[in-house]
Amino acid sequence: MNFLRLFSRPQSAPAARERLQVLLAHERASAGDSDLVTKLRDEILRVISKHMQIDDEKVSVKMERGAQVSTLAVDIEIPFDAGKKAA
Amino acid sequence: MGKVIVVTSGKGGVGKTTSSAALGAALAQNGDKVAVVDFDVGLRNLDLIMGAERRVVYDLVNVIKGEAKLTQALIRDKRLETLYLLPASQTRDKDNLTPEGVEKVIAALKNAFDWVICDSPAGIERGATLAMRHADVAIVVTNPEVSSVRDSDRIIGLLDSKTLKAENGEQMEKHLLLTRYDPARAERGDMLKVDDVLEILSIPLLGIIPESMDVLRASNVGSPVTLADDRSAPAIAYFDAARRLKGESLPVTVPGEKRGFFGKIFGRKAA
Repeated sequence: MNFLRLFSRPQSAPAARERLQVLLAHERASAGDSDLVTKLRDEILRVISKHMQIDDEKVSVKMERGAQVSTLAVDIEIPFDAGKKAA
Repeated sequence: MGKVIVVTSGKGGVGKTTSSAALGAALAQNGDKVAVVDFDVGLRNLDLIMGAERRVVYDLVNVIKGEAKLTQALIRDKRLETLYLLPASQTRDKDNLTPEGVEKVIAALKNAFDWVICDSPAGIERGATLAMRHADVAIVVTNPEVSSVRDSDRIIGLLDSKTLKAENGEQMEKHLLLTRYDPARAERGDMLKVDDVLEILSIPLLGIIPESMDVLRASNVGSPVTLADDRSAPAIAYFDAARRLKGESLPVTVPGEKRGFFGKIFGRKAA
């Protein structure tokens, strides 16, 4: 049974290599300090908090670091009267 | 109220992270709600083993310092919806891990999950002692090899003295998980026997995980071994260990011991 499984499965080492390359590229770029995506995340939240009281429970931040592009999704629920309170 | 488990060993490289991920996934595959927490601040790897390394937004230190809510820092597994990961910080100093902060995080996790699995860093420093501090149950991961057994003995001593349970005069429930067990070497008599390790450490056996290519393959693709190949020998051993954690009494089989004539000819390599 062992052999059959060896033949039927794709190699896993290429996946390991690709995952490490992407991860280490991001980690090296951010050595010592937070990386660009993290900076953007923090600044976006700071800017928004200038204009409204951010309810932490209503903020969802998602990141996906890729080889060529990363994505950052900041999802904030803005209540109807948020602007008035901050003003 | 969930149960807090620490996966610890003293020695590095024995399989704490692999076991944390595999047991966490095995429990979640059974429908339980599980959070696996990486305590190795500065050298996190649980995210990589669980395949969530590209999705880390916030980490344990962010939560402790109040920079993020626990719900924002928890990463849900892409394959199992009841499995969550709380990553360690990669860049911050481990001094940011405060006893009060850890206590709050663990208390909140206990409320929301059936199991909170704390993946301890190697060593006996702050990260390791904080990972075990709030545990209800300890899993001591040991390889059948002298230095690992010695370090496990040291860790058992800490579990019986430095944890909240110990300080309150209660007995810490401890289990031995024997990993990287190589049946071929055991047969040649070049490896410590299961009974030898059990006799020296004298804690009950939770399971024996055979040394296996399947563990390496699973880490390559970023999947707990119980998810990567649920019929592989290590996966079956982890599933059984998870059932024992839940209180079932299953007999432990020593890998390789049931091997018959056919297996002796063809099954020399570890599963």
